[in-house]
Amino acid sequence: MSDTKTFVYMNRKAPYGTVYALESLEVVLIGAAFEQNVKLVFMDDGVYQLTKNQDTDGIGMKNFSKTYSALGDYDVNQIYVCEQSLKDRGLTLDDLQELTYEDEDDDWAEKSSIHLVSRDQIAEIVGSADVLLNF
Amino acid sequence: MSTLHTVNKSPFERNSLDSCLSVAAEGATVLLIEDAVGGALQNTAVASTVSDAMGKGVKFAVLGEDLRARGLSAERVIDGISVVDYAGFVQLACDHDNVQNWL
Amino acid sequence: MPLEVNGKTYETDEEGYLANLNDWTPEVAEALAAADGETLTDNHWEVINFLREYYEEYQIAPAVRVLTKAIGKKLGKDKGNSKYLYELFPYGPAKQACKYAGLPKPTGCV
Repeated sequence: MSDTKTFVYMNRKAPYGTVYALESLEVVLIGAAFEQNVKLVFMDDGVYQLTKNQDTDGIGMKNFSKTYSALGDYDVNQIYVCEQSLKDRGLTLDDLQELTYEDEDDDWAEKSSIHLVSRDQIAEIVGSADVLLNF
Repeated sequence: MSTLHTVNKSPFERNSLDSCLSVAAEGATVLLIEDAVGGALQNTAVASTVSDAMGKGVKFAVLGEDLRARGLSAERVIDGISVVDYAGFVQLACDHDNVQNWL
Repeated sequence: MPLEVNGKTYETDEEGYLANLNDWTPEVAEALAAADGETLTDNHWEVINFLREYYEEYQIAPAVRVLTKAIGKKLGKDKGNSKYLYELFPYGPAKQACKYAGLPKPTGCV
């Protein structure tokens, strides 16, 4: 498809305190219908969006962290997490949920969608964007 | 006079916690809520800021409901920070003369 | 327009979707379908139950493309195609089946 564009979503906010994270997720899901090349970047407080074991019963809000594991079904499988942002927050890859997709070109093997990246790599990803959306 | 300071902005993104700590006096309590709860964890880029303030006699608390919502375990909170629930939040407000919100 | 089932009244939005997810029961599903002049068969129920399980796990109603693929995986290729799903739910599998399943309209369906 020659008209495929690269969409990069920059996610920099923690979930629940503000509406950015949920808004971004909804736009990603809606945008997935257009079958474009989609990359999600999580940096700064955005890395909190992907933590596992989120339990929102106490704050009376919808726990939308479960929805991230549906992204693979939507062919959104390029998820880049800033390693330094995790480190600054005392977090590691083990603190994040596992997000996977089935690789059509590799006999539907289940693969991880998450890639730890440096700030330099994020600069490259941003540079590759035809459309850049910031949340 | 003792003051309860509530901080709800991420210390990794805003200077609310720094501003708060620059005026928080000995005997004051800083309660971290909402997007600020990540500041209560061990091994973060702001952990030494928090520990230094504790060394100067400022007490810290963090709202457990907001930690849990973000998947952050209470076991990873810096030693000496108390994890409180909403009732504990109210109790803190009652135990201090004033509440200052660092919006 | 509220929906009445067995003497109980359920709040719905202007398009007939249940206002409260937790109000749903199989009887409510039958009533929502009846309001559209439809009768639910086992084939309808397979899809409705699938959607409820999907929502429980992921907290969203899937887009049609995702639904079709997932149904094919779970219930077989003969059911995982739009022809089959549109025959069951002529107003659109995602929209209509979600309505009977008591779910909000799928994200992206305006």
